[in-house]
Amino acid sequence: MVEQFTFYFFAALAVISAVLVVTVRNAVYSAVFLITTLLATAGIFLQLRAEFLFVVQIILYVGGIMVLFVFVVMLVDLDVALRQVQFNRQKWVALLVVLAVAGQLVFALALGSEALGLPAAAPESLEPNTESVGLRLFESYMLPFEIASILLLVAMIGAVLLGKRQKPPRSEA
Amino acid sequence: MLPAATDYYRLLPEILAAVFGTIVMLLEPFLRREHKAALSWLGMLGAAAALGAAVLVRSDAGPAFFHLIQADPFTFFLRLLIYATALLVMLAARAYLDRENLPHGEFYALVLLGSVGMGVMAAAAELVTVFIGLEISSLSTYILASYRREALRANESALKYFLLGSFATAFFLFGVALVYGATGTARLEQVAEGVASVLLLKLGLALVFIGLAFKVASAPFHVWTPDVYEGAPAPVTALLSTAPKAAAFAVLLRIAGTVLPATLLWFWVLWGSAALTMFVGNLAALVQSNVKRMLAYSSIAHAGYILVALAAGTEAAYAAALYYLAAYALMKLGAFTLVAHLAGRGERRLTLEDYAGLARREPVVAATLSLYLLSLLGLPLTAGFLGKFYVFVAGLRAELLGLVVLAAVNTLLGAYYYLRVILYMYFREPDPTYEHAAREPVPAGTGLVLAATAAGTLLLGIFPGHLMRIAELAAASFR
Amino acid sequence: MTEGHLQTYVPLLIHMLVAMGLAGALLLASRWVGPRRPSRAKLQAYECGIPPLGDAREPFAVKFYLVAIAFILFDAETMFLFPWAYAFRDLGWFGFGAIGIFILFLAAGDIYLWKKGVFDWNR
Repeated sequence: MVEQFTFYFFAALAVISAVLVVTVRNAVYSAVFLITTLLATAGIFLQLRAEFLFVVQIILYVGGIMVLFVFVVMLVDLDVALRQVQFNRQKWVALLVVLAVAGQLVFALALGSEALGLPAAAPESLEPNTESVGLRLFESYMLPFEIASILLLVAMIGAVLLGKRQKPPRSEA
Repeated sequence: MLPAATDYYRLLPEILAAVFGTIVMLLEPFLRREHKAALSWLGMLGAAAALGAAVLVRSDAGPAFFHLIQADPFTFFLRLLIYATALLVMLAARAYLDRENLPHGEFYALVLLGSVGMGVMAAAAELVTVFIGLEISSLSTYILASYRREALRANESALKYFLLGSFATAFFLFGVALVYGATGTARLEQVAEGVASVLLLKLGLALVFIGLAFKVASAPFHVWTPDVYEGAPAPVTALLSTAPKAAAFAVLLRIAGTVLPATLLWFWVLWGSAALTMFVGNLAALVQSNVKRMLAYSSIAHAGYILVALAAGTEAAYAAALYYLAAYALMKLGAFTLVAHLAGRGERRLTLEDYAGLARREPVVAATLSLYLLSLLGLPLTAGFLGKFYVFVAGLRAELLGLVVLAAVNTLLGAYYYLRVILYMYFREPDPTYEHAAREPVPAGTGLVLAATAAGTLLLGIFPGHLMRIAELAAASFR
Repeated sequence: MTEGHLQTYVPLLIHMLVAMGLAGALLLASRWVGPRRPSRAKLQAYECGIPPLGDAREPFAVKFYLVAIAFILFDAETMFLFPWAYAFRDLGWFGFGAIGIFILFLAAGDIYLWKKGVFDWNR
């Protein structure tokens, strides 16, 4: 009962704020609603006992990526953006695509979980699992973990190349 | 349950490339501006070391890192292809970067680190590992594509590439998640035991296919290709059209080769995508007047031919696909390197008009370009011919008569635009008002790359036996 | 459905409720208790005591954005320290080596960023 309640609470919060993210005109409000969406998703993660994901969601997404988003919002001139007409010409195409996807989802739900071949959920048996995530990550999944450092390196190079002013005297000319 | 020395040994090429790439990156800010170009030596040394390691590791085939990695003959073939491409791209890039006044160190670091990602993709036998490799390879190519920061068109195309590319990677990742949900594992050998009729697995494999189809630029996921290939710096285009594509094809091949449900599900998808890709690429190439863009469409068309081999799905077909990938890499590397040289400062001279009368002005250059074009067209005695030949034979053996006929029709279509460039070079004179560029000698690095690729194109066309044997061995790894 | 495992998170829930309650209560309290006699000067944006200058949403310089990206990247690094810290007793020296290599690579990136002057806002 409590389980159901918390799930629907977080799910509704996530969906409603996600809709607001794309409908609100002011980009700063969008960013705030995105934070709510991410937090609500974090709540669902916690309910599923994915504690590590919960922490990642809070620290990395709410704490880090949102900062980046707000920075981007601050980079552009908001007042100009507010007055501009938005790209809305694809509205009907988008609606069509959304309807198609929604139809698929309803179809899949109508088929039931057997057709999808989903194993039965057993949240009760899950232990607090950050430790086992750690063990798996550093033993059998050590390789993807180590290579992830290369990924971050590439991102750093990219940030410097694209964001940093190159050779100040020349680029002024 | 800890990785042993053999695990690291079997991943040695990627480890070396990663270490060298990091060192290049680290040294870059410490060197004075006039010394930075010297980093190209270090970069090339890294690629050469990775190549050497690939050959060394070849004799010790087997899984590594808890079956996440499979160092088999298939991996060996692709490692050769990827690191050789990286080496040649770096060799040709130095003169280009000097000419365009672009930073050196980061370029080599990104090429090396990107090829780490591609090497991991080629070697990975597990989908999460594939994903990380894919992400590294994509991220570094996004950055390389936007390397000319000052050029507006380049920026636009790079942004397009980044957005669509991230979208495609997201598709792939979602697919992996669904596959994992359906089978409880991401290891390909174990996914192979899944039941093909399960909806979730079907959905997952479909999404995985979409993600990879985007990366190999096959229709209908090719829309980004012409813009990005045209906008990216030409040496980067040379890289984009070869190594990352080969790596994505490697993943497709490995999944199609090991996961039976995928082989079954993908058959008609591959068939349709192959046919569509060939037609889209060739028909659009017909009307291009910009040579770089035309070559981009030709890349799309060639992905279509390789998909024919994938649709055939036999061991011989996989070997043919691998051979085709190598041959295609040689000609595309050569062609784009040459385009980079001829385009001149700021890449301004890219249209057919700029190529008019080239044969009279620079006979050797024109002859080399003709060789690549004829090979792309598939004329006998070139690598391109044998690539197509093997693919067609494999297709016929697998009773794909319809698809092979379509491929043959497409080869004829392709003849028109390849020959048109040659026609312009040999039989057209430029407009009298045309302003000629000051003749620039071919830089040494570029010259070496051209010589290597031209020689390779001829060599593979006349003596295909050796490479074909390696390809056959590689294709047999899935048995 | 039992409520078993959710009980673990009751402290978290209480924490959340207290935080939200406190914020709401303070807002409401100032509304009810405080007298409100608005005047032109009072409604102005507070800018350290001087009259407000320009718009609050001045576009930022891109160099700050670079710092934000660097922050994210190292944030991601921190994320990987989490599971390691949880499991490091069982992982022992091997896990230490694994995280060491990871950090070493990123330290190289750090030096690169530093030497490039990403953290130097005056350049």
